[in-house]
Amino acid sequence: MKPSADLPSTKSPAAEPRDRGGPAQPLLIVEGLRKHFPLKGLPFTRRPVVQAVDGVSFAVKKGETLGIVGESGCGKSTTARLLMHLIEPDAGTIVFDGDPVGGLRGISVRDLRRQMQMVFQDSYSSLNPRAQIADIIAFGQIAHGRDATEARERAHDLLARVGLAPHLFARRYPHELSGGQRQRVNIARALAMDPRLVLLDEAVSALDKSVEAQVLNLLQDLKQDLNLTYIFISHDLNVVRYMSDRVVVMYLGRIVEIGEVEALYRQPRHPYTRALLSAVPTLDPRRRTEAPPLTGDPPNPINPPSGCRFRTRCPFAEGVCADRTPILAAIGEGVDHAVACHMDTAGSGHSKAPAAPVSSLEAAE
Amino acid sequence: MNVHAHFVAQLHGARPIADPAASDALVDVEDMTVTFRSRERVVHAVNGVSFSLRRGEVLGILGESGSGKSVTLRALMRLLPDHAQVGGKVVVAGHDVARLDESRLEDVRGRAISMIFQEPMTALDPVFTIGEQIAETVRRHEGCDRRTAEARALDLLDMVQIPSARRRLKAYPHEMSGGMRQRAMIALALSCRPSVLLADEPTTALDVTVQIQVLLLLRKLQKELGMAVIFVTHDVGAAIEVSDRLAVMYAGRFVETGTAIDMIETPRHPYTNGLLDSMLSGDKRGQRLETIPGAPPSLGQAPAGCSFAPRCRFAATSCTLALPEPTAFSPTHTARCFRMDTKAERFAMLADA
Repeated sequence: MKPSADLPSTKSPAAEPRDRGGPAQPLLIVEGLRKHFPLKGLPFTRRPVVQAVDGVSFAVKKGETLGIVGESGCGKSTTARLLMHLIEPDAGTIVFDGDPVGGLRGISVRDLRRQMQMVFQDSYSSLNPRAQIADIIAFGQIAHGRDATEARERAHDLLARVGLAPHLFARRYPHELSGGQRQRVNIARALAMDPRLVLLDEAVSALDKSVEAQVLNLLQDLKQDLNLTYIFISHDLNVVRYMSDRVVVMYLGRIVEIGEVEALYRQPRHPYTRALLSAVPTLDPRRRTEAPPLTGDPPNPINPPSGCRFRTRCPFAEGVCADRTPILAAIGEGVDHAVACHMDTAGSGHSKAPAAPVSSLEAAE
Repeated sequence: MNVHAHFVAQLHGARPIADPAASDALVDVEDMTVTFRSRERVVHAVNGVSFSLRRGEVLGILGESGSGKSVTLRALMRLLPDHAQVGGKVVVAGHDVARLDESRLEDVRGRAISMIFQEPMTALDPVFTIGEQIAETVRRHEGCDRRTAEARALDLLDMVQIPSARRRLKAYPHEMSGGMRQRAMIALALSCRPSVLLADEPTTALDVTVQIQVLLLLRKLQKELGMAVIFVTHDVGAAIEVSDRLAVMYAGRFVETGTAIDMIETPRHPYTNGLLDSMLSGDKRGQRLETIPGAPPSLGQAPAGCSFAPRCRFAATSCTLALPEPTAFSPTHTARCFRMDTKAERFAMLADA
C-alpha cells in the first residue's frame, strides 16, 4: 500500500480503499481470547496464575464505538494490549476485516498496527520526553517507510487537526504541555498512520472534567470526519454511555454482558451490571444513595471463584453458580444483547431461571 | 454492633482537647492566602478563602486540578512546605494554627483535626501492620498502655466495617485491597476522635462499587461521631453524596458556595454552570458537550479581577478590573460574580445583544 500524504479529512467515507469484507463484515472479531500471567510460586508447587483475560469473544462493527467497562483487574486493559499484540495472547483468534491476524494466510501484526492504533491513559509516560512533538508524531510514519519530510508535514497537519496550532506546538517538548494538550498529541500520533480502528484505553480518565469534555468532542469529530471505528475502554460509566454504541461489561477477565448502550443502561440484565450502574454517585442531592449495591472489593484474579466469577458478591447466587460457568448468550432471538448469567439461561437449574425449553414444549402439548 | 456503640459513646463523652468556643465554629477561616515562593517562581495558590464550619457539618470543596483545594486543606493542618506563606486567619477547634509551636501542633494534629488522603498506600507506613500503626497513634496521644491501644485499634477496624478485623490488625498495607486500605486509613484518622476530619479525594483511586461503599461509610461515621468534615474532590457526584454544603473553587478562590441543592438546581456562577454542563449523564448522548474554552490561569501573579473572566462568555470589562465580592442570593447561597442573573437571563441578554 502506497502511503498517502493527503489529509485524512479529504478521504470520503464511502471510498475506503482498504475495505475488504464489505459493510456487513465486522471490522474486528475476537474469539476466545485468553491471557494468563504466571506468578512466582514456591518450588515444587503449582505456580499461581493471574487469569487476566479468560475466554473473551466479541465483534466490533464498522464505524461503531464499542465501549468496554469494568473495574480494576477485570481485564479491560489487558484485552486492549492483546488486540494490539503488545502482549501475546495464550489462545484465541483475532480477525481484522476478514483477515486473521498472524498465521500463514492472515495479515501480519505489522499490517494490523497500520490499521489499528492505540491511545493510552498516561499521556506523559507514553510520549518520549526528549523528543519534540512534531518528531514524536512523525516517528511512527518514518518507521513504516514514509519519507521524513512528508512525515513532518503530515505531523503539522495532524496537530492542527487536533486543535494544537503547529507553529506554537510542533517544536515543544511533552513537559511543556498540559495534560489535555498531551492527550491531543497522543491522538494525533495514533492518527498518523491513517488507522481504521483506534483503541482508546482510559484516554480521558486522567483529565479534568472541563478538559475531558473538550477531548471527547474532539474524538467525536475525528470519528465522523475520518470514518473511524473506536474501542473505548473506561471505568467511567457516564463517559462510556456518552461515547458508545454498544457496551461490553467485564468482570474478572470475562464478559458478563454485552449489548446496545441504551438497552444495557436502561435494563441491565446481569446482577453485576445492575450493581455497577447503581453504584455511580447521583447528581441529585434530593435523592442520595442510601445503601451500597455491593459489599467488599472485587476478588483477586489470581484465584478467581469457580463457576460464575461474580457469585461471591452476587445476592442471587445459588449452588449452580459455583458448579457451572454461565455461557454468554443472547437474551432473545435476534436481539443484540447477551448476558452470562444462570438466571437468564433456561433450564440452568437456578431457581430464578426461566423453565427449560423442553418443559415449555411439554406444557404446550 | 455493641463494641461499636460503646466506642461512639466514648467519642461523644471524652473530648480531651477542649474547644473554647464549642458552640460556635469548629473551623474558622478568614481571608486565607497561600503563596509558594521559590527561587524560580511564585505561585499564588490560594487567594482569599473564608468559611466556617460547625460541628456535624460537611463542606464539599469542588475544583479542578490546580484550583487550590488540596492546598487549602493542608493549610488547615499546617502540612505545607516551608516555602509556603500562609496569610489570614486559620482557627481550628479554638487553636490559631499559625501560632502553635511544634509540640502543641503535634497534639492538635490527629486529636482535634485529622486527614485522609487519596492514596492510602503512600499514607500508611509499609513496614508496620495496620494494628501497630493505629495503636501507636492512640498511645502517642492518650498515653494509654499497649493492651488498651490494641483493643481500640480492633474497635476502630470494626467501626470502618473491615471484615474479620482481628486478623486484619496483623496485616501489612500491601496485603490489603485498595478499598480495605482506604478503610484502614479512615480508622487511623479517627483513632484519636478528631472533631474535624479533612478528606482529600479519598475515593478517587477506588473502583466505583467500592467508592460508593466508602462514601456511605464516611457519611455514616460523620453522623454518628458528629464530626465536621471537609471533603475535597473533583467529582461532583461524590461531593453530592456526602456534603451538606458545597464550595466551588477556581484559581484559589471560592467562586460559589451554597447547599448542594442550591448549587445543582440554581447555579449562579458561570464557572459552576460550565462545570455542571461538562458533566456527563445519560441524557447527553448524541449531543455536543458544552465545554469551558481555554485553560485555568497560571497563578504566577495574584489575580486582580475575576480569575474566570478570560474564559467567561459573559465577561464585561469591569470583570477584569475589580474582584467581585460574594453576593448573597439566599442565606445559604453566595457567588462571586458581577453578572448575578441566572443562566437563562444571561443567555437572553447574549441573544439580545
